[in-house]
Amino acid sequence: MSTGTAAARAGTVCAVRGLVKTYPATRGRRGAPGTPEVRATDGISLDVRRGEIFGLLGPNGAGKSTLVRQLTGLMRPDAGSVDVLGHDLVRHPERAARLIAYLGQESTALDELTVSLAAETTGRLRGLTLRDARAERDAVLAELGLDDIAGRPLKKLSGGQRRLACFAAALVGERPVLVLDEPTTGMDPLARRAVWAAVDRRRAERGATVLLVTHNVIEAETVLDRVAVIERGRVIACDTPAGLKARVADEVRVELVWRDRAPVEVPEVAALRASAQESGRRWTLRLSPERARAAVATVTGGPAFAALDDFTLATPSLEDVYLALGGRTEGLVKA
Amino acid sequence: MEAVGAPASGATRRPDAADAAPLAPRARLLPALAAVYRAQLSRARVARIPLLFVATFQSVGIMILMRGVVDGGSEARAVVAGSSVLVVAFVALNLLAQYFGQLRAGGGLDHYATLPVPPASVVLGTAAAYASFTVPGTAVTAVFGCALFGLPMGHLWILAAVIPLAGAALSGLGAALGLLAPRQELATLFGQLGMSAALLLGVLPAGRMPGPIAYARDLLPSTYGVEAFAHSFDAHPDWSLVGLDLGVCAAVGVVSLAAAAWAYRRAAVR
Repeated sequence: MSTGTAAARAGTVCAVRGLVKTYPATRGRRGAPGTPEVRATDGISLDVRRGEIFGLLGPNGAGKSTLVRQLTGLMRPDAGSVDVLGHDLVRHPERAARLIAYLGQESTALDELTVSLAAETTGRLRGLTLRDARAERDAVLAELGLDDIAGRPLKKLSGGQRRLACFAAALVGERPVLVLDEPTTGMDPLARRAVWAAVDRRRAERGATVLLVTHNVIEAETVLDRVAVIERGRVIACDTPAGLKARVADEVRVELVWRDRAPVEVPEVAALRASAQESGRRWTLRLSPERARAAVATVTGGPAFAALDDFTLATPSLEDVYLALGGRTEGLVKA
Repeated sequence: MEAVGAPASGATRRPDAADAAPLAPRARLLPALAAVYRAQLSRARVARIPLLFVATFQSVGIMILMRGVVDGGSEARAVVAGSSVLVVAFVALNLLAQYFGQLRAGGGLDHYATLPVPPASVVLGTAAAYASFTVPGTAVTAVFGCALFGLPMGHLWILAAVIPLAGAALSGLGAALGLLAPRQELATLFGQLGMSAALLLGVLPAGRMPGPIAYARDLLPSTYGVEAFAHSFDAHPDWSLVGLDLGVCAAVGVVSLAAAAWAYRRAAVR
């Protein structure tokens, strides 16, 4: 029995097994050093269930985009299988376009079109008739509040507006699976809300499944049902955001911001320094609740308080989970 | 009992066919081609008009320069025909090679590659749009040239055949170069070189060329567009000769557009 049959019965929309893609080593050329062989995806397996918003979280270069390119039929994996709604996309990559709507990071192909024509043309190229493409275009532009800028070329829009216009194009010509590669980059809160409302509507009304690539931990915590944490081409954890956070529930994050410099002449502060992650005047500490209370007492009383600019106490975020799992957090965005 | 659970009709016989979700329809060749053509044509308003002026002024300038060198006769016809077809070469070969090179380098091909659209629709729609951009410039150049060299304008209607056929041959070549070039700068370079070849080999009168250069001229598809156009200036044009030249353009057009569609498929899935 194929995995596709089993997967479809279990309500799995997308089943990925043992996906491997290796970029060959390059030789150095005149001044530019060569690069060693890179395993962009190193045996990735995951299941995305029907109707869920599934996230791929990781810093740039973790292998998220390579994974997405293999899911959307843009790149053939060296090994492994991709099954979407019962279709083997490694053997039939051309079927991906008939199952998946993809929003990539680039808008080069649409940049010189007006918002309205970009959406209409994309719908036409998804096989809609002219009438249906125009009707869906009008509905989607109204839904996302793009009517006022419908006649303007994408090139002349701000980054966030352009992104929203590309998202609109991705929605014209409905597909059961949406693959969105960092859809809200550069958007203001209003546009972000429009995106998530549109995604939720498609999920509630049509059972659409969403695979979301993000390196924004706040967004990941608020919109995702489940998240796969990707690091160096591997899935290092896969759970709900709450389930992941439960793994580090015994920790509290303390952030201290000093006015000029840390008062390390105070012995208690000097002791804290050992477990602090320093970034300029900001110290980040991950402590047990008791030690966190003691630390706050130390810095809010006595001589250390005079040097303190600000402090926060917070329950762990996905970023803390990421760090606890051994990931590098430099590439993650907290906004 | 064998009918139970069998695919309704026409579905592929695979073990999981009954569980597989239905696929959305593909975009058909002609409607998709029309959609790409329309979208590309609209880009002209935003991005291409200044370049069309450049293409036309370049050709007009060349004719004014050549006015001092050639004085009527077959050489004048060759100059006017060559300069007019040069506009087509500038836009269809050079600009299209640049466009596809840029699209490929910037990840823009992903957009088309993740839509169920036939490669031929994307390539033909774009090539047709670029060929259409050349119409005003070519017509202006031809009329100006006829006035400058005192050539008859009676058969200028032949441009209605020369532009699409030379356009097909040159834009197919331009698209293939743009899609096959490993880097964007190389796509631009190949496009420029192609246009320079069309300029030197098309505009300069063939009679004055040394042997090997004349062979190179025969290899360039725009030459046949130039020849067909030049023949139409004769008092009694030999239409079979014109037809033969245009036939070569058409044949090269079919081959180069097919090559471009192949190059597109190759570039889209890396």
